[in-house]
Amino acid sequence: MHMADALVSPVVGGAMWAASAGLASYAAKQVQKNLDESKVPLMGVLGAFVFAAQMINFTIPGTGSSGHLGGGLLLAALLGPHAAFLTVVSILAVQALFFADGGLLALGCNIINMGLFPCYVAYPLLYAPLAGKQPSKARIFIAALTAAVAGLQLGAFGVVLQTVSSGVTSLPFSTFALLMQPIHLAIGLVEGLITATALAFIRREAPSLLRHQTGASRTVLLTMLVLALATGGLLSWTASTNPDGLEWSIAAASGEEELTAEGPVHTFFAELQEKLSFLPDYNFKPDPEQAQLTEAKPTAWPAVAPGTSVAGITGALITLLLAFGAGKALQHAAKH
Amino acid sequence: MRNIVTAWLDLHYLDDLARQASFFHRLHPAGKLVITLAFAVTAASFDKYEIAGLLPLFFYPLAVMALGRLPSSRLLQRLLLVSPVVLLVGLFNPLLDRTPHDVAGLFTIAGGWLSFLSLTLKLTLTTTAALLLIATTKLPAIGAALRQLGLPRALVVQLLLLHRYLFVLLEEVGRIAQACELRSAPGKGLPYGAWGSLLGQLLLRTVSRAERIYQAMRCRGFDGEIRLLMLRPMQARDYWHLLAWCGFFLLCRFVNLPHAFGHFLLEVL
Amino acid sequence: MSHHTIDLTNVHYHYPDGTPALTGLSLHIGHGEAVAIVGANGSGKTTLLSHLAGLLFASAGEVNIGGYPVAPKTLSHIRRTIGLVFQNPDDQLFMPTVYEDVAFGPLNLGLPPASVEERVSAALQTVDALALKDRPPYRLSGGQKRAVAIATVLAMEPAILVMDEPTAALDPFARRQLINLLKTFSHTKIIATHDLDLVLDLCERTVILKDGRVLADGRTRDLFRNKPLLAEARLEQPFSMQACPVCSQA
Repeated sequence: MHMADALVSPVVGGAMWAASAGLASYAAKQVQKNLDESKVPLMGVLGAFVFAAQMINFTIPGTGSSGHLGGGLLLAALLGPHAAFLTVVSILAVQALFFADGGLLALGCNIINMGLFPCYVAYPLLYAPLAGKQPSKARIFIAALTAAVAGLQLGAFGVVLQTVSSGVTSLPFSTFALLMQPIHLAIGLVEGLITATALAFIRREAPSLLRHQTGASRTVLLTMLVLALATGGLLSWTASTNPDGLEWSIAAASGEEELTAEGPVHTFFAELQEKLSFLPDYNFKPDPEQAQLTEAKPTAWPAVAPGTSVAGITGALITLLLAFGAGKALQHAAKH
Repeated sequence: MRNIVTAWLDLHYLDDLARQASFFHRLHPAGKLVITLAFAVTAASFDKYEIAGLLPLFFYPLAVMALGRLPSSRLLQRLLLVSPVVLLVGLFNPLLDRTPHDVAGLFTIAGGWLSFLSLTLKLTLTTTAALLLIATTKLPAIGAALRQLGLPRALVVQLLLLHRYLFVLLEEVGRIAQACELRSAPGKGLPYGAWGSLLGQLLLRTVSRAERIYQAMRCRGFDGEIRLLMLRPMQARDYWHLLAWCGFFLLCRFVNLPHAFGHFLLEVL
Repeated sequence: MSHHTIDLTNVHYHYPDGTPALTGLSLHIGHGEAVAIVGANGSGKTTLLSHLAGLLFASAGEVNIGGYPVAPKTLSHIRRTIGLVFQNPDDQLFMPTVYEDVAFGPLNLGLPPASVEERVSAALQTVDALALKDRPPYRLSGGQKRAVAIATVLAMEPAILVMDEPTAALDPFARRQLINLLKTFSHTKIIATHDLDLVLDLCERTVILKDGRVLADGRTRDLFRNKPLLAEARLEQPFSMQACPVCSQA
């Protein structure tokens, strides 16, 4: 469930970057202050382990389908929330850089969805209290399943919120959520099952590794609350400034059929959108009059004047030719 | 789903590319990092229906490939493997967004198709940019740059250790997964009964490896702090380079170059 | 030069789960000696080395290095005296580049940058790996990794070199290069290994361990001629001696 750069608007991406950067520096401070120095190499190697283990496919009993490990919860159970969060950040960063999973702009979103939720929400609020100090095998299973499902539901919801408030997709909020949440229920169950099985093995073979099961401390809870409020605030702000997200939710709420949304309904929404949005289409254009004066500027939805489009297509072809030509020339120059 | 061997090969391949010594490779990593971010932000900030305006941005990846002596075919090939989920999400656009858009005054097209195409272009641009960064900059150098830009030491050390042991663990996990595959039904994943012990064994091995690394660190006076190599400061050419690219991105963002070209051409004719 | 001697007296060690690893081991190693520690798997070789480097502390008995007992308080001194080369170089090379890895120890000693630089270059020069200094460890061959791992230890300028299975996973050529390199070192050398041919080449003296204590201690050639002794220790005569008409006569 990696978010990708292409699905994220700079405002949403930037907001998530800011939130995750703040969280990462908090986690780093906690780790530098409290973590036993022997955990430094452990974090690194466990990160590599989770990364590699994500590539093994596991069959889900009774279904014939398969899934793989996400790892945030497992890391939290072994390292505690702060070190686990940093480890997830490093995994996501390497995936974004080397494997083009997600992307740099979407990295903040991914850190929130796959790091914050499992490490700082699901682990301290669900896993730790449910598993208890001396977890039995059954309690590990219950705790891991519950926490993993909750973590993935939150993560999936994060994806939906971020995508919709970025306004790149036309999927209405409710439809997208209805698509994402049930799929991630299944994925969450697999994640929980894999995590629980691995933890049960560790409990049997090396119980000393599972000693971090402390409940949520007050600072963690407080940080969580502040962050949740900040994230929610940022998201709703971007959502409200974004006409498309609004349009969808209104359309969904009023029960209009989207597939035939042409003609009067759409004109109505177009007008509504223009009235409601004070940051139209997030493209920082100066002001409406100027935008109309400079015809070369990408004009906002709904329509592009035909003349501009002929020019646009001709220009586009020339630009492409120029870009390729310049590239080839540079390549030639670099060889000599 | 990526396979472990491919991932390992990819890591090595990108590492090989990053080891070259072209003009672009020698630029300061912090500068390249900022350029890449600026590029991703620029591409993502375009309107959801924008197509023509995105095209001039292709000059950046093409120039880097040329200056960095990178094989464009291999890198573009990798793009095809990228995130089908994104395209899946995008594919709903043509279905749901039927706002008519005039194309060249010739025919009308649903806005959804435009936004889908725009999404695909953005995806291509941003993923290429990330790949190009890593194909021209070694990860340790990126780590040092992040440190220079003020990221917490614990995070940078974690990133570097993860990258270092990724090579080792991918090999190890790959061997085990292969051994399992040889003994399980073809085409299926690992049966449930085998999960626990396989993952658990791997985990235990990983933990004991971490213990040995810690011992090796202690033997050489480890006191909880890992001292990383410092980078040279940014030089004039690094700044010029950074300014030039950011200027180009801003130009692309605020002046629709293809439109301008088109108008110019139509007027001349 | 008493500060380079090693004394173990009646050392016992149990792992936390109760498994005994050392059971009354006593040993004296003098300055400049090259001593091989051999024995079957589980005979206590690695545990013994861990005691020398202060990674483990004896449950009973005493370990003395250069007149200092190995204890948490003396660790910084002990670790400057003893340089331990691990069995798997991947465990020892954890930094992003060879240079940074070799510099890790000297930087921890708090040396000024110039002398860190000097030590790193000297150590890499010694193992003939100066050209590799900008490479990451995962781009090295098995032999190169081993050489760099030794350089990381040499940069600490220890008086005593302790090595765990130095020739494990090396091809014959790399193994020969390593042996030639080790011959040039004037350090006190302690080598735990299954490679008895290496022992013949490098070590005058051999200590055979069995079940956590010393089974035999003497001149390498004498011990290796004693086939019943080797059999008792679950060892085998080195190949080079098996074919030799003179020394293979028991």
